Order: sequence, then C-alpha cells, then structure tokens
Amino acid sequence: MSKILENLKYAKSHEWIKVEGNVAYVGITDFAQHSLGSIVYVEAGNEGDQVEQFVAFGAVESVKAASDILSPISGTILEVNQEVIDSPELLNENPYDHYLIKVEITNEEELMNLLDAVGYAEVAK
Amino acid sequence: MENTAKKTILFEEHLKHGGKIVEFGGFLMPIEYIGITEEHLVVREKCGLFDVSHMGEILITGLDTLPFIHYLITNDIINAPQMKMTYGLMLYPDGGVVDDLMVYKYNDQHCLLVVNAANTEKDYSWITANQGEYDVEILNQSNVYSQIALQGPQAVEILQSLTMYPLDELKLFDFAEFLINNKQFIVSRSGYTGEDGFEIYGNHQDVLELFKILVEEKNVQLCGLGCRDTLRFEAAMPLYGHEISQEIDPVSAGLNYAIKLDKEDFIGKDRLVQIKTEGPQRRLVGIELLDRGIARSGYEIVMNEQKIGEVTTGYMIPNTNHSYALAYVASEYSKIGTEVCIRIRKNLVKAQIRNKKFLNKKYIK
Repeated sequence: MSKILENLKYAKSHEWIKVEGNVAYVGITDFAQHSLGSIVYVEAGNEGDQVEQFVAFGAVESVKAASDILSPISGTILEVNQEVIDSPELLNENPYDHYLIKVEITNEEELMNLLDAVGYAEVAK
Repeated sequence: MENTAKKTILFEEHLKHGGKIVEFGGFLMPIEYIGITEEHLVVREKCGLFDVSHMGEILITGLDTLPFIHYLITNDIINAPQMKMTYGLMLYPDGGVVDDLMVYKYNDQHCLLVVNAANTEKDYSWITANQGEYDVEILNQSNVYSQIALQGPQAVEILQSLTMYPLDELKLFDFAEFLINNKQFIVSRSGYTGEDGFEIYGNHQDVLELFKILVEEKNVQLCGLGCRDTLRFEAAMPLYGHEISQEIDPVSAGLNYAIKLDKEDFIGKDRLVQIKTEGPQRRLVGIELLDRGIARSGYEIVMNEQKIGEVTTGYMIPNTNHSYALAYVASEYSKIGTEVCIRIRKNLVKAQIRNKKFLNKKYIK
C-alpha cells in the first residue's frame, strides 16, 4: 500500500500539489517513487520556466528508465528544489517531504481538475 | 489476456526471493531483486547469480559440423581450438545480423550454439534453411538445458567449493563438463558482465538444485536482467536489437575481431568486404555526457542542429555520476574527442565522443 496524504491534491499521473495562497509546491507521490524504484536522476526545468497543467516539465529517472513529470497546474516556476536535484534518492526516502518545484499559479480554477486523497487512492493501486 | 510467456525452472525461486518479474525474450524473468544499483555493485565487487535459462541452445552434429558453422558465421570455427568458445555473428546476405552467438566447439563433429532467447526460433529456422548439402543434424535443445551464470571476482572461489575440478585450469572462454555437487554440468569460464565468472548448463532439476545451494548455502546474491544490462553496457558488449540488428552490420558495430574476411565463403561476406572497402557510413562509438542527463536508447545525437546519429544504450553507471552511452554516429563525426549534443526531452545536452572502454575488464586469462 502506498502512502497518500489527506491535505494534498493529486494528478492522475502521480504528482502531488500543495497550495499556499497563489503558490504551489509540486512533487511526486509515494506510488510514483515506488513504481520507479531507485531514483538516480531528476530534471525539473528552471526558475522562470512556464509550466502548463498536465504537460511535462521534467523527468525522474531510475537506472533503467526515464519517466516524465507533468505539472498539476499552470504557472511560472519560482524555484527548483536543488536538494532533490543533488540527491534524487530523497524522493525514495520520503516523496512528500521533498518538492521538485515551487510554482506561481496563474489559474486557480485548474485546481478543480485535480483529485483529492480519496480520488487518488483509486488511481494509485 | 492469457500470457504466453514461458517460465524457467527457477521462476518460483525468483518469486520466493522477491524478484520483480518482467517479460523478456518470450520469458518471464526477474529484472531485479534488491535494486539494479546494488546488484551491479555486488557483481563488480563480490559475486552475483543470474538465471539465464532463457538463452537458446542449438546442437549441431555430424561430419560437416565445422564447415557448416564456418559457412554460417563470421568467425573462424575450423581453426578454433576444441573445448573453447568462439564468438561469432550469423548474417543475412546484406550484412544485417540474424543473431550473435557463442559456439561451444567440442570436436569436429559436435558443436553447441548458444543464442539469444528472443531469436532462438528464428535462428533455428535460418540454420535449417541453410543446411543445403551439409551432412549435419540440427537440434533445438533450448528446452533441454537450464542455464545460470555466476559472475564476479569471488565466483571462482565459490564454485571451487562445490567441485573437485581444478577451476584454475579453466581459462577465459574454455569450457568443460564436470561434476558440481555430484551432478554433471557444462561449465564455461565466461559471462556477459565484464567480470570473471562461469556460465553453467545442466538439466532443469540439477540446475534448480545448484541454484538453491548457491543462494541458500553459499549466500550468493541473486541478480536480475536489469543489472545484466548495465554490466554488459559498462563492459561495452553488444546486445542484439540495440548495437547489432537486422539493420546494423557488425563492421559498423566495430566487431572486427569476430569477422574473418580472409576465410572461405560465409553468408554475408561479400557485403562485409564491400562495407570494409568503402568504410562504414556510421560507427558505434562511446559517448560521455559533459552536462547532466542520461542518454536513453533512441535519443538523437545532434551537431549544428543536424541529427548525426542515435543512442543504442545509455546509463548513468550505478553508484557514480558518469553518464555514458553507446551510439551510432555518421563516420565523419566518430573521432574521439568530437563534441556533440544529445537531445534529451526538450534539451540539448553536451557530450563528447570517447572510446568504448568504460570499464577495465579483469578477466582471468
């Protein structure tokens, strides 16, 4: 059973989002890190990049394979979390403690397109 | 949907030991047990055990065994020593590769060909179709043998503890038949990892029993096909479907040591002579990424916004930050030191052509 947190929203493609005002933190879920296995490489765009809801902005990679990460929301990247770029294994240890990007949200209504914990539990099995 | 993939005799053992199962070459095989990185390191530093029972075995016997194989493959089997393995490639007349294989030469009338799992049926048909007047019997014995590979610097010591046969007499690519744990096996000093080690063939029950002893009594770490690929990649060994294929000839792949153009006629020879004379249009090279990224199979190699080649295999070497690739590039760009880019998703990542020697092999010769 993979871990799902109550206070987050989720995309079907296994990213989580935590909203604080007009800023959102984006990461990958426990289900995602578990399916990938040991993560050895993370790419998450650059500060200032525009991201679009459900469009890839980066990738997480295991030894064997690369997997796109889609942004759960449209906006501008305010910050890339250098800590996970430098130590990708943190995503295996606790994926909810380590965001990949911090985004300035351009359209709050898009949050309606995301799943809550109960809805995501249906996808992540 | 019913899965038609085959299981090896060791399938239940893989499940029991936590193997993550995938389909490969028509078989359900473990991709990893404790993680590709950990398993890769175990083989480099100690010893790992692989189930490679999916590999195909084709037995050729009869008066014309040697001339027939000589005609089928690129290497010289007539002058090859007995009880030694010879690597070779079977080609189509246009130089494309049917398969690469190991010939276990027992004597002039008895050879065992070990071929890639996914190609076994195709190879058997190809060999049979080319028999012509050659006086040979061709038998697909893939269902007769199970095969395991014990790989790594400690392999010799572990295997020696189970057999009276003096393993120091078995040099690289030698093979012999002897008793291990009082059962008869075919054993070669070989592998697909760049390490010292052994490939061991036997009947299903004997292999199952030996496998259990190695895991349960000798505590050898089980390793999956995931690290088999990172290991063979680091050792720059070609994999059918990636570095060689029906579309890629072995001269472009740089496998000249296994091609004997001065020997008698063999299938594909005329085309190889032509490629060699004209020079191949593309060449297999090593590439080192200079910026962050991992080059995956199929990614484009770019120079001045033009595609000049394609990655065949690429990895970040486990437990390092060395990101390497094997790739085909147009020959004019294949010189060591040439700076190129690899298209990774939206980015062009800087990289440099280098030799394919990612690893210093430590074979016991």
